[in-house]
Amino acid sequence: MVLRIITLVKQVPDTANIPDNAMKADGTVNRSALPAITNPEDLNALEEALKIKGLITAITLGPPSAIKVLKESLYRGADDAVLVTDAKFAASDTLATSYALTKAIEKIGKFDIILCGRQAIDGDTAQVGPQIAQKLGINQLTGVVEIISADKEHVKVKRIIDGGYEILKSPLPVLITVRGEANEPRGPSVKRAMLYKNITCKCNESYDEAYLHPEIGCSCENIKQWSAEDLKADLKMCGLSGSPTKVKNIENVVLAARNTRMIANTAEDIGALMQELTKEHIIG
Amino acid sequence: MNPKSVLVFIEQNDKEIANVSLELICEARRLANQLKTSVSAAVLGFGLKKKLDVLAHYGSDEIYYVEDKRLEHFTSVPYAKIIAELITKHQPQIVLFGATINGRDLAPRVSAALSCGLTADCTNLQIGDYNFQGKTKENILLQIRPAFGGNIIATIVSPDCSPSMASVREGVMKMSAPDQNRKAKIIEEKCELTASDFPTEVCEVARAAKSVDLKGSKIIVAAGMGVSSKESLDLVKKLATALGAEIGCTRPVVDAGLLPLECQIGQTGSTVRPNLYIACGISGQLQHWTGISESKRIIAINSDPNAPILKVAHYSIVGDLNDVIPKMLKKIMSYE
Ligand SMILES: Cc1cc2nc3c(=O)[nH]c(=O)nc-3n(C[C@H](O)[C@H](O)[C@H](O)COP(=O)(O)OP(=O)(O)OC[C@H]3O[C@@H](n4cnc5c(N)ncnc54)[C@H](O)[C@@H]3O)c2cc1C
Ligand SMILES: Nc1ncnc2c1ncn2[C@@H]1O[C@H](COP(=O)(O)O)[C@@H](O)[C@H]1O
Repeated sequence: MVLRIITLVKQVPDTANIPDNAMKADGTVNRSALPAITNPEDLNALEEALKIKGLITAITLGPPSAIKVLKESLYRGADDAVLVTDAKFAASDTLATSYALTKAIEKIGKFDIILCGRQAIDGDTAQVGPQIAQKLGINQLTGVVEIISADKEHVKVKRIIDGGYEILKSPLPVLITVRGEANEPRGPSVKRAMLYKNITCKCNESYDEAYLHPEIGCSCENIKQWSAEDLKADLKMCGLSGSPTKVKNIENVVLAARNTRMIANTAEDIGALMQELTKEHIIG
Repeated sequence: MNPKSVLVFIEQNDKEIANVSLELICEARRLANQLKTSVSAAVLGFGLKKKLDVLAHYGSDEIYYVEDKRLEHFTSVPYAKIIAELITKHQPQIVLFGATINGRDLAPRVSAALSCGLTADCTNLQIGDYNFQGKTKENILLQIRPAFGGNIIATIVSPDCSPSMASVREGVMKMSAPDQNRKAKIIEEKCELTASDFPTEVCEVARAAKSVDLKGSKIIVAAGMGVSSKESLDLVKKLATALGAEIGCTRPVVDAGLLPLECQIGQTGSTVRPNLYIACGISGQLQHWTGISESKRIIAINSDPNAPILKVAHYSIVGDLNDVIPKMLKKIMSYE
């Protein structure tokens, strides 16, 4: 019995490695100059899916250019890929994002395990996974560092908690969010990269019969592209109107200089500083 | 009962109320005073009745308590179900969760159940107005948080839904002094729970008491990547011992396996506000700075005269820490 696994992958700007040419003169970051990558923990989630050896469908919600992260998933071993894209989904907050992804998952219909990254590095919100689990009415296991076992009825995982860990067992279907410590994700396979390099999207492609018969396996000829209409999405729940949170204001953070006192690297000056702090009862 | 209260989800682990929950009660008190409303607390668990007084001492007016043996240990589904039911029943205008691992597991599930906005990991909360489409929404919660790898600070609002919900980072909200005489009304809530509300089976829990308490320490000596060798790390530890300080560090130091995760300070670690912070070989990137900026005094030791930290510290020493720290030690030792 092959498990049906859905992995959710998000395209994000690479906020961890900010190249010099993305820094503006005022010390702030030019976001559009950052390279777009697959959210790092989503690759950890994909790696866990590959270890379970199920039938893997990768889904992303994003602009058409997000096809890149689906290709990255196919290169690494995903069996199928779905691009959810529509201008109506633009400016979605996490709730609207989770609505659109839930509709896509419902269109797929059958699944045993959904794997997400714990959080995306652009917003660090870690909300989309649990919100999808709630909307689908299924259980969630977040911040997982190890999938100890997965059979056709249950998964057993190790989850990090504050100050330690816990071992949890859940029936399927379940949504799992994966932490970076879980594994070292494999790189793309050259053979698969050749195979999928030129893959394109096909609009409103219905789901492959093969997916419903996972024993046969399936080969991915196109990336399925679904719009809001294909998903029969309620437009009130999509994009800006489906997003209860609004950004009131954004400020770039720049370190504010203080009146710093320079202390010379000499025994006298350093000694005097220590003495001063002792007198002020800050040390001692 | 005030239907527009500020509600705090109280996290408990092994029957101990989490610090962050007390911090949030204090913060809720501050917000509620501004909004002229009450502070309520939601507690789920088993055998906690005797532990609830402290919530009153820090500022709660009402405490909703749901007691069930099966709620002793946190799991997502029943906790989210009960919190969503309590919110629907009591209609608070603001709901706060600690941005702990369990708080951030629970809050988004509740937000999806109620179709309410939620802002994760806030570092500041204010009450203010929001103007949109020619209308003004007065006295709503401004949810302030770093985003984009800490490079921006965003102010988020949820103007059209009630309640406004936020999870709040541990250690950033200041505790006020408890008032031992303050009393709250304890309301025992009944919730219908069936076996299917408990899909997760907890097989094992391993939790170690924290060996490092950075939040409470008066002096912290912190190591950055300038502390590359074992000898320099020993020197930093020596300085900490001499000052009776705790050891902290930056993220790459943890990544390199030099110090444990609980020593990490900054956006993805602890937020600290000691009387004295000594930054040894730390460049002062934003993600680290946000965790230390409220320290009363900061001494920075860095061999690169252009390191950003030297411009924002109170006292800056340009030099090799292997050369500077011994000078400090010599002076401290001379007192004894
Ligand atoms: C989303 C995100 C979250 C993050 N969260 C955190 C966080 O919570 N905490 C955190 O700390 N970082 C965090 N970071 C990483 C952060 O951006 C920096 O990379 C990190 O703080 C730098 O650590 P450092 O100062 O130790 O190292 P470096 O930046 O490498 O600085 C080392 C410094 O040591 C000095 N030095 C070298 N040798 C000596 C010597 N012998 N004597 C004196 N000085 C010397 C150098 O001049 C240099 O300034 C995060 C990053 C991202 C993208
Ligand atoms: N637009 C998206 N498309 C696909 N997956 C997403 C998207 N947004 C979030 N996710 C998934 O949800 C996880 C948490 O995201 P976030 O709530 O944005 O921190 C990510 O690691 C992804 O697995």
